[in-house]
Amino acid sequence: MKETDILVVGGGPAGLCAAIEAARAGARVLIIDDGLRLGGQLIKQTHKFFGSKDEYAGTRGFKIADVLLSELERYGDRVEAITNTTVTGYYTDDGVFGALTGEERYFKVKPKRAIIATGAYEKTIPVPNCDLPGVYGAGAVQTLMNVYGVKPGEKALMVGAGNIGLIISYQLAQAGVQVQAVVEAMPKIGGYLVHASKIRRIGIPIYTSHTIKEIHGKEHVEGATIVQIDERWEPISGTEKYIEADLICLAVGLSPLIELLWQAGCKMRYVPELGGYVPVRNREMRTSHPDFYVAGDAAAIEEASTAMIEGRIAGLCAAASLGYRPPDYEERLEGFWAQLERLRRGPVTEKIRQGLPKAMKEE
Amino acid sequence: MLERTGVPTPEQIREVTPPEEIMKAKPVAIIECFQKIPCDPCHTACPTGAILEFEDINDLPKIDWSKCTGCALCVAKCPGLAVFVVDMTYSDREAIVKLPYEFLPVPSRGEEVECLNREGKVVSKGKVLQVFEPFKDGTKVISVVVPKEFAMEIRHIRVVRKDG
Repeated sequence: MKETDILVVGGGPAGLCAAIEAARAGARVLIIDDGLRLGGQLIKQTHKFFGSKDEYAGTRGFKIADVLLSELERYGDRVEAITNTTVTGYYTDDGVFGALTGEERYFKVKPKRAIIATGAYEKTIPVPNCDLPGVYGAGAVQTLMNVYGVKPGEKALMVGAGNIGLIISYQLAQAGVQVQAVVEAMPKIGGYLVHASKIRRIGIPIYTSHTIKEIHGKEHVEGATIVQIDERWEPISGTEKYIEADLICLAVGLSPLIELLWQAGCKMRYVPELGGYVPVRNREMRTSHPDFYVAGDAAAIEEASTAMIEGRIAGLCAAASLGYRPPDYEERLEGFWAQLERLRRGPVTEKIRQGLPKAMKEE
Repeated sequence: MLERTGVPTPEQIREVTPPEEIMKAKPVAIIECFQKIPCDPCHTACPTGAILEFEDINDLPKIDWSKCTGCALCVAKCPGLAVFVVDMTYSDREAIVKLPYEFLPVPSRGEEVECLNREGKVVSKGKVLQVFEPFKDGTKVISVVVPKEFAMEIRHIRVVRKDG
């Protein structure tokens, strides 16, 4: 059985920042991540980040992963990271986590505190023939291209015009894939409009108020029928279009990955603005279970920039709860919250602002 | 409109286009950023102070064209690839457009390329004058010479080579 002060589940932007802050304060930290290397989604993000200098704006995501990892190295002796390992469960009777490396080595971890930075899982939509080879979640397409250098198809149809759909359409085009169209059921583009303009000018059409009706193919995807929908989301007959494609990429949203928090008995609330069920937490990112903290997409589907700051809050506060309270604790915590409030102030984060108070613990 | 199509309207473009006397006088940056998102690298990249400091990081960028030299550092820095430099002083009939480019192959100096508008339609041919990468971060800035009448439409280039 491994023992540690703080277990960080998930080594993405939130988890890495949580580990950095906790280790900086003096706590021993164990990061467990299911990827082959640390960085989470950052390692496949080739676009430049928005935000300000504080959030590494203008830097590509995979470079930010490098920056965070080198920051973490400063605390080398206090931080251990185990990759290719899934935290499989939490046992409330003795406060022990189970973890599985690969598919063989099972071990237990008993931390004093846990920071759940597990991120999110991709939603999908049921469409006839959506089980054919060639239908992918957007995350898998991005992993194939940007982590493994594999071209996932020749002609793609992207479903969803949120930031993920728009960004990956651009990256598919960079990889030499012909992106035939982006379809979006909502009447408006959900992602940043600059990303939309980027793909329009390279020749990719965006069909808003459209959905995918059926996928075609025998052994493999060969195409799809898209159709316009009305305000009640009913297909408008006669508007069907056939799109030739060997790759259908689904980018239809994310949900917080929160099983461990359910297992721990953390109080959860359904907050659609934040992506589904999320744990109730306070300004320290501490959940209703005093040993459990949360950060990043597991707390609310947002941006990597806010995930990093939440991670820092969780790491700082979890360490402080164990007595590792840095002298600049108060101003650091206030600074992180000020940074979050700056990023969440604009119109694109209106839903987040509506949702967050519902997830904050009434003191 | 932009929210449905991803293409800014002519009205939106007019709002971010400098007055004619400035366009006639020197190269200037045109910031095609129409949505308040939390982002300010265009300001921090600007060496002359032309792109003003943000009061709120969610504000739209503001530019003082009198200070802009058309250096195109903002073109290379903007994470949304939404800044372009237009130089109407190049010649009687031709203008230079400096645009961000993140594709392969990279065009060579002097190469003839296809020039695309905001909807991805080829509107003319153009000749590459210069290729540079100010921040060595994968975003190249391509200076392309185009017919003047298309300078406010052309926002992307495509390299077309017969041997593929």
